Amino acid sequence: MACIEARGLRKAFGSTIALDGIDLTVEEGRILGLIGPNGAGKTTALNAILGLTPYEGQLRVLGRDPWSERDLLVRDVAFIADVAVLPRWIRVAQLLEFVEGVHPKFDRAKAEAFLAKTNIKWTSRVRELSKGMVTQLHLALVMAIDVKLLVLDEPTIGLDILYRKQFYDSLLNDYFDHSRTIIITTHQVEEIQDVLTDFKFIHRGRFVLDCSMETFEERYVEVMVNPDNVAAARALRPIYERQVFGRSILLFDGIERQQLAALGDVRTPSIADLFVAVIGNETAQGVAA
Amino acid sequence: MNETRPLYWSVRRELWENRSIYIAPVAVAAVVLFGFAISTIGMPQRRRAVLLLDPAHQRAAIQVPYDVAAMVLLMTGIIIGIFYCLDTLYGERRDRSILFWKSLPVSDHTAVIAKASIPLVILPAITFIVVIVTQFVMVLMSTAVLAPSGLGATTWSRVHLLSNSVILFYGLIALALWHAPMYGWLLAVSAWAKRATFLWAVLPLLAVCILEKLAFNTQLFANMLGYRFMGHLKRAFVAGKDGHIDSLSQLTPGTFLTTPGLWIGLIFAAGFLIAAIRLRRNREPI
Repeated sequence: MACIEARGLRKAFGSTIALDGIDLTVEEGRILGLIGPNGAGKTTALNAILGLTPYEGQLRVLGRDPWSERDLLVRDVAFIADVAVLPRWIRVAQLLEFVEGVHPKFDRAKAEAFLAKTNIKWTSRVRELSKGMVTQLHLALVMAIDVKLLVLDEPTIGLDILYRKQFYDSLLNDYFDHSRTIIITTHQVEEIQDVLTDFKFIHRGRFVLDCSMETFEERYVEVMVNPDNVAAARALRPIYERQVFGRSILLFDGIERQQLAALGDVRTPSIADLFVAVIGNETAQGVAA
Repeated sequence: MNETRPLYWSVRRELWENRSIYIAPVAVAAVVLFGFAISTIGMPQRRRAVLLLDPAHQRAAIQVPYDVAAMVLLMTGIIIGIFYCLDTLYGERRDRSILFWKSLPVSDHTAVIAKASIPLVILPAITFIVVIVTQFVMVLMSTAVLAPSGLGATTWSRVHLLSNSVILFYGLIALALWHAPMYGWLLAVSAWAKRATFLWAVLPLLAVCILEKLAFNTQLFANMLGYRFMGHLKRAFVAGKDGHIDSLSQLTPGTFLTTPGLWIGLIFAAGFLIAAIRLRRNREPI
C-alpha cells in the first residue's frame, strides 16, 4: 500500500485554484521534496494530506481519508508546520509531559536524549528560546514519536545555516529508517538535495516535474560549454541556458554524458538550477499564452 | 477510542496556560480577608450592639460580610470564565499554536469539551473551595478578635458554615447550568471571529435589542438576556424576606429542574458547542 495516494486532488479558495487536480503517489520509505514558488499550492497539498482542509478528488493517506478519519490518522502522522507554532507560553517540561500524556506513540526518553544534546533548559518557556532552539525542540518531540509519515512544511525557515544543517543531519541520522515516509517543502532547495529520494516541482497548483533522485542524476546534465562549441551545444536543444562569468552553462535533459563531455565540463546540476529552468520556462510560456 | 486521557491532559494544559483561573480567585480572596481583617478593629463593641437586636436580625447582620465574600468570589469566577471563553479558541488561531495542537491526537471534540469544562466545572470547583476556605478563615479571625471579650461563640452560632457550603455547592451547579449557553456562545464566537471577539460577542445581541425596541417598542430580547444572566436566582431559590439565602429550606431544586428556560438554555449550549467544534475543525489560523 502506498503511503499517500491522490487522484484528481483539487482545492479552490473562491476563484483561486490552489490545487488543480493533482495525482500523487508516495511509496513508503521515500523522502519527497515538494518544491515550488510561493503560492504554488505546497501548503494546501500538505494541509489536505494532514486532514486540515477539505478537498475535492480522491485522497488516501496510510489507507485513510484524511478529512473524515483525521482523528485516527493523526496518531500515525507527525507534522511540523513552521518554527512559530509551538505555544509561546508553555514550558519545555510541560510540553514533554503533555505530549507524553496524549500521544500513545511518544517515547519520552528519546526526546530527553535528543534535548540533552542541545542548550535547551527544561524550565524555559518557548518564548524565551531562540528560533533555532524552538525548531530543535519541535524536532526532538517529533523524532520521539513513532509515526509512519512525517510532514515538514518549511521546517527551517528563518534559521541560520548551522541550525539548518543540524536539522537535516538529525533527521537523516537519528530518524529516517526506510520504513518511514517524509514529505518536506522548502525554499532552500540546495540544502535538501542530498536528503531527498524524490522531488516534485509544483507550480500554479499542478505538478510540472516529478522525478526520483536516481532518474534526476541520469537524465539531467549540465555542461559548461567551451566558447567554440556553443553553437554545437545549442543544436542539442538544451532546456535552459545561463551565463556565468561570460561562459555559457547549458542544461540538458536526456542527452548522453559522453556526447556532452566533448563540448565542455560536464556535471550533475543542482535541483535549484533545474527548478529555475523548469519553473522559469513554465512562467515564460504562461506569459506567452 | 479512550478519550479520558486526552481530555484530562487538555484540561491540565488549559490551567498551565491560563493561570488566572486559580490565581485570580485566590488574589481576590486575599483582598477580601485583608478588608475583613481591618473590619475586626472595634468588632467587639459592634458585636455587643448587634446582640441587642432580635435574633433574626442578629444573624443577618453577622452573616453580611460572609455573603459579600461569597458574592465577590462568585462574580470573579464568572468574569474569568467570560474572558477565558472569549479568548481561548481565538488565541490559539492567532498565535498559530492550533497547528501544533492539531498535530497531536487530541480531537477537536475533546479540545472544545476541555475548554468548556473550565467555566462549567473547573471554575465553579475552584470558587467553591476558595469561598469555603475564605469564610472559614473569616470565622477564625472574628473568633480570635471576639474571644477576649467573651463573645467568641457568637459568630459560630450565627454563621452556619456547613449549611452555607451546601447552599453554595447547589448554587454553583445551578449557576453553571444556567449560564452554560452564555459560555457556549462565547466559545463559538471565539472559534469564529477573526478579530475583536468581545465586540462580536456583545454587539449582535445589542443590535437585536435596539432593533426590537425601535421596530416594535418592546424589549423581549433584552428581558430574555437579563433572565439568562440572573434568572436562576428566582428559580433555584426562594428568597427570604430580606433577600438573604441562608437556610436549606430556601433551595428549590424541583422548581429549578422543571424550568423550561434551563433546558432550552442547555439545548442552546449544546448547539453552540457543536458549532465551536465544527469551527475549530474548519477555520484556519489567522
